[in-house]
Amino acid sequence: MTTKSDMGEFIAKAYQPKGPVVLDCQVKNIYYGDFRAVRDTHIPIEKNKVTGFIGPSGCGKSTVLRSMNRMNDLIESFRFDGSIHYHNNDIYNKKIDPVVVRRYIGMVFQLPNPFSMSIYDNVAFGLRLNRFQGDEEEMVVQALKRAAIWDDVKDKLKNSGLSLSGGQQQRLCIARAIATEPDVLLMDEPCSALDPIATRQVEELMIELKQHYSVALVTHNMQQATRVADVTAFLGVDISQGGRTGYLVEMDDTKKVFEDPQQELTQQYVRGEFS
Amino acid sequence: MVYDPFKESSSSRTLSAPPSSADYLKDSLFRFFAYFCALSIIILVAYIVIELGIQAYPAMEKHGLGFITGTTWDTNQGIFSVLPEIWGTVYSSLIALFIGGFFGIGIAIFLTQSFVHAKLELTFRTIIELLAAIPSVVYGLWGIYVLIPLLRPVADWLHETMGWFPLFGTELSGPGLAPAALVLAIMILPTVAAISADAFRRIPYRVKEAAYGMGATKWEVILKVMLPTASSGILAGLVLGFGRALGETMALAMLIGNVNEISISLFAPANTLASLLASTFPEAGQLEIQALMYAALVLLAITFIVNVAGLAVQQYTMRKFEGKK
Ligand SMILES: Nc1ncnc2c1ncn2[C@@H]1O[C@H](COP(=O)(O)OP(=O)(O)OP(=O)(O)O)[C@@H](O)[C@H]1O
Ligand SMILES: [Mg+2]
Repeated sequence: MTTKSDMGEFIAKAYQPKGPVVLDCQVKNIYYGDFRAVRDTHIPIEKNKVTGFIGPSGCGKSTVLRSMNRMNDLIESFRFDGSIHYHNNDIYNKKIDPVVVRRYIGMVFQLPNPFSMSIYDNVAFGLRLNRFQGDEEEMVVQALKRAAIWDDVKDKLKNSGLSLSGGQQQRLCIARAIATEPDVLLMDEPCSALDPIATRQVEELMIELKQHYSVALVTHNMQQATRVADVTAFLGVDISQGGRTGYLVEMDDTKKVFEDPQQELTQQYVRGEFS
Repeated sequence: MVYDPFKESSSSRTLSAPPSSADYLKDSLFRFFAYFCALSIIILVAYIVIELGIQAYPAMEKHGLGFITGTTWDTNQGIFSVLPEIWGTVYSSLIALFIGGFFGIGIAIFLTQSFVHAKLELTFRTIIELLAAIPSVVYGLWGIYVLIPLLRPVADWLHETMGWFPLFGTELSGPGLAPAALVLAIMILPTVAAISADAFRRIPYRVKEAAYGMGATKWEVILKVMLPTASSGILAGLVLGFGRALGETMALAMLIGNVNEISISLFAPANTLASLLASTFPEAGQLEIQALMYAALVLLAITFIVNVAGLAVQQYTMRKFEGKK
């Protein structure tokens, strides 16, 4: 059973979450200026689960993910129509400061972006921001270890974060994001610059993180989605109306999405038969 | 012909081709041109220093190091020394650097960190760059007719209420260090602001994004991330500005009072090397001209030291923050 919007556009069947929802993302429309980037996408992020986002390039995965901690507010032309409820508060409510949202909902970006300061200071940045009172050094070391970068940097914590290789920088950014133990972690293709070993370690990290927190993960790697995501959302792109508007096609348990997809588009995509 | 052993053995369909001889020629010509430009600058600087040295040599022989430790400049008795001028040069420039640097960096932040709309930003930028186009005589006149009368009541009040504080130890009787340093600060402001703004603009968008993504407030983003990231560029601006302040002549000759005294008070009249040169040169006899050349060399040396020190600090921050070298 599928529904149609007023304008006759396809709307995905709503996903029925099995557990508590930490971040209930209901996108009606997302615009960049006049360009409608995403429409009609309802993605509940469940507590203590990894929610995967898959879909072709340009379908709006990053756009939706970045809306979830109001990162897109930095883009002037960005306009969000809909609501994202985080612990029963709409984060797009005027009373809520995006800075507060971002303290609880952390983010790892598609491209590594360490600060030009020492490796140690990079990781300690968030702790200092949140006025952490405990043993800072211990937390930094722990974050570096969990992000699978400790062995690479343990002898040069004072060196600049920019002196690392691309893949090392990405893991440093992961360490920076998890150091403050954010309640929800948004990860935008965190492994695209990593070798298979580091990728595995980061995947283990995600599984470990979901014990206490919730993770939203964008990935182009189907195996990764099946390995770590409990639930998977597949976004497609609508080129029928001249634009390239992304929308949710299907969302379900990962096993279901990959083994028994209900939509033909999903089937083609997960089997790699994309025309 | 260009040596290319690969064409023969490569796939016959490949479109790859080596650079032509003309390409190599352009390459060499351009390299030659670049070296030529760089070399001519070095030669020019060397020529100026040597020429100055020759002119100043008699004075150097006569006055020796006493020239930079003595405090008298007496044409009639032929006693020449420039410690007060060195003090005035460095002191006025330092004050200007503090004030101009503070406001210059502030303006750069204001212009680049989306405080204002892009169109308004352009207007601000143009106005600030206009400051750099005002001739220094005009600054001098403005200082005499506007700034000094404005400063007087403030200076008097400060001196009366806090005269025990060394910086306010004397009265402002017209020209003096405070108006001179303030005008200098305005003069170096565009340099510092423009170069710092460029340094801020060069920061990739994703760095800013990362900082906001950590949940930093705008103030924290600017202070803790943008400022350290731009620091080597900002330092370059400060060094250039300081250099300009050290060498500024006309406005200072009009505003600083041209008195050979060493005083820590902001309101005391003073003198600088450049202003000494400008105001003494026209009526100087041979001996005095030689001494002035010596003074010019001293000024050159100070500027040189400042630039080298600035460069060292810049290298240090680059290593520390950006991991270069
Ligand atoms: N800052 C922006 N301004 C205008 N349009 C944008 C902006 N960012 C993204 N878009 C547009 O929005 C659409 C979705 O982009 P988005 O980055 O979300 O795609 P994505 O699914 O993450 O793709 P990829 O898998 O390649 O990362 C694209 O058509 C893109 O051109
Ligand atoms: Mg993306």
